[in-house]
Amino acid sequence: MKIAVLIKQVPGSDSALPLTGDGTWIDDSLITFVMNESDNYALEEALRIREKINDGEVVVVSMGPDRVQRVIREGLAKGADRGIHLEEDGQIETDPLCIAKSFTSVLEDENFDLVLTGLQSDDTGMGQTGILLGELLGMSTATLGIETDIQSDTIRVKRELESGWFQWIKLPLPASVSIQSGINQPRYPSLKGIMGAKKKEIKIVAQSEHRPDTKWQSLNRLFIPQTNKQTETLNGDADTIVNRLVEILRSDLRII
Amino acid sequence: MDILVVLEDNRGVLHRMSREAIAGAQKLASNMNLSVGALAIGENADTLANEVANTNMQEVLVVKNELVASYNADGYAETINQVIEQESPKIITVGHTYQTRDYFPRVSAKLDIPFIPDIIGVRLGDDPVFNKQVFNAKLAADLTAEADQVLISFQSAAYSEDEIESGKPLIREISVNLDPSLIRSESEKPFQEEAGEIDLESAEVIVSVGRGIEKEENIPIAFDLAKVIGGEIASSRPVVDSGWLPLFRQIGSSGQNVSPKLYFALGISGAIQHVVGMKGSKNIIAVNKDSDAPIFEIADYAVVGDLLEIIPKLTDALQAEKD
Ligand SMILES: Cc1cc2nc3c(=O)[nH]c(=O)nc-3n(C[C@H](O)[C@H](O)[C@H](O)COP(=O)(O)OP(=O)(O)OC[C@H]3O[C@@H](n4cnc5c(N)ncnc54)[C@H](O)[C@@H]3O)c2cc1C
Ligand SMILES: Nc1ncnc2c1ncn2[C@@H]1O[C@H](COP(=O)(O)O)[C@@H](O)[C@H]1O
Repeated sequence: MKIAVLIKQVPGSDSALPLTGDGTWIDDSLITFVMNESDNYALEEALRIREKINDGEVVVVSMGPDRVQRVIREGLAKGADRGIHLEEDGQIETDPLCIAKSFTSVLEDENFDLVLTGLQSDDTGMGQTGILLGELLGMSTATLGIETDIQSDTIRVKRELESGWFQWIKLPLPASVSIQSGINQPRYPSLKGIMGAKKKEIKIVAQSEHRPDTKWQSLNRLFIPQTNKQTETLNGDADTIVNRLVEILRSDLRII
Repeated sequence: MDILVVLEDNRGVLHRMSREAIAGAQKLASNMNLSVGALAIGENADTLANEVANTNMQEVLVVKNELVASYNADGYAETINQVIEQESPKIITVGHTYQTRDYFPRVSAKLDIPFIPDIIGVRLGDDPVFNKQVFNAKLAADLTAEADQVLISFQSAAYSEDEIESGKPLIREISVNLDPSLIRSESEKPFQEEAGEIDLESAEVIVSVGRGIEKEENIPIAFDLAKVIGGEIASSRPVVDSGWLPLFRQIGSSGQNVSPKLYFALGISGAIQHVVGMKGSKNIIAVNKDSDAPIFEIADYAVVGDLLEIIPKLTDALQAEKD
């Protein structure tokens, strides 16, 4: 079983997000990056599938500037077998069709049985790359996987539906499945894993070799959302805040 | 028609977000001088068409084909591909539901047209500019399509169904050509997981914790506050994903919807999937150390600070009031 996992490097949820001077993207140099949350769950699921059937290969794939090799190494340290880095020069691409076509051109000769992606990226939140890639590779596809059950030539996926509903579906392999957070408890890399990762292969593909010439959509500008709700802001030291909160609960809200 | 709204069948009734999508499409159409139509698919197609029979649209298309009697992604995607090819709409819209997430990207891949998802508004110029939340709602972005046709989905509450204009559309049944081999997956019946024993929906006060609680050992901080104030405990998704609280405590699009008199959001950033489950609360007190946290946009009281310091002190102060 050959499994690809797409892992994206994104700003950590605690990172500041300063905009670039022209406001078209965030200033990469001032940001702390982490592995996209749902991708971490997808990687864990791939490793568990490989361990369960006791056979196969897990390949971590990431597109972005040089810094994304850090999440590839993290994947290798957790137990993936090798990595593929699709290089990007300059600002990262945000168009999902463009991104999916880059991945398609690099992955099509690999003949993966299974592609796992995160449900959505925490930066652009497009929520579609795994399905686009699966369709372009002629695979069957499923989204919002919250449990998997692999067989020799099929995979059953428990899908999360809205408001607490679920559904099992069965897909023929090869398949591309997007993974929802909470499907498992992701492992941390061991020291041995971290040491071993240094020796594993990362194949690098230059942007000119994967990027299509066309674009389907553009992200032109970022901005800070405006609010029109009346909000009372409480700040200062903890005692001042607590005194005001007690007053609010007593007089304004009559909770106590 | 120029703008096609695909209606979603939510267990026999029209999905609330399909109505919002109609309102959004009508607004776009009147500003851009375009016409609107809707598409109803499946065994409940007539019921759905009926539900929109009084709205201002050119027509409602109805597709009944046994391969799409109930939802399956491959069948739906192919149906919509064929309708788009027959009718040539410029903009194809839906609500950004879980079902949309599942089949709209397939349409995008098959027809090679862009899908701009989860938009919160549209600004008009020579070409429409679509606004979308990015970076988990901390920033917003302007997006444009570089193609003649575009798929878009509207975020929950981007438009209100109260804004729907009334009218009298034509209802037209159309046929699509589907081959059984096209449907690759076998779907079992949807089911609900066992409900928890706690009824969060009737709670007057909810103390909800997010990833800002930092670790499992800190969860009692929230329980202590809930106890002294007579509230129930709830949480955002990462807290449940980490196994710190059970699933039935989760608020949001994949958890419960609540509208208590008071909702404490402790260390919750305010991502849309959480906000849809609690924005109906009468009062929201949010505690977050990041003064730019999106939760503050919907909070009545925005407490900027460290919850690990403030909440134990608040609990003590409330306990002292009681004694
Ligand atoms: C299809 C789908 C469905 C989803 N369904 C749900 C759902 O039902 N419910 C849900 O909640 N989410 C859901 N999510 C996830 C959602 O997008 C967010 O990722 C999630 O809500 C974030 O949770 P959080 O606010 O607790 O964590 P984060 O976004 O990580 O925010 C943590 C916050 O805590 C603050 N903080 C940190 N330390 C402190 C401190 N000491 N004191 C005060 N503040 C602190 C930080 O500033 C930050 O704002 C879903 C996502 C998808 C894609
Ligand atoms: N640049 C990238 N590098 C690696 N994986 C990516 C990249 N972009 C998207 N993905 C994968 O596709 C998923 C969905 O992304 P998106 O469609 O952008 O929300 C992510 O969770 C990743 O698994």
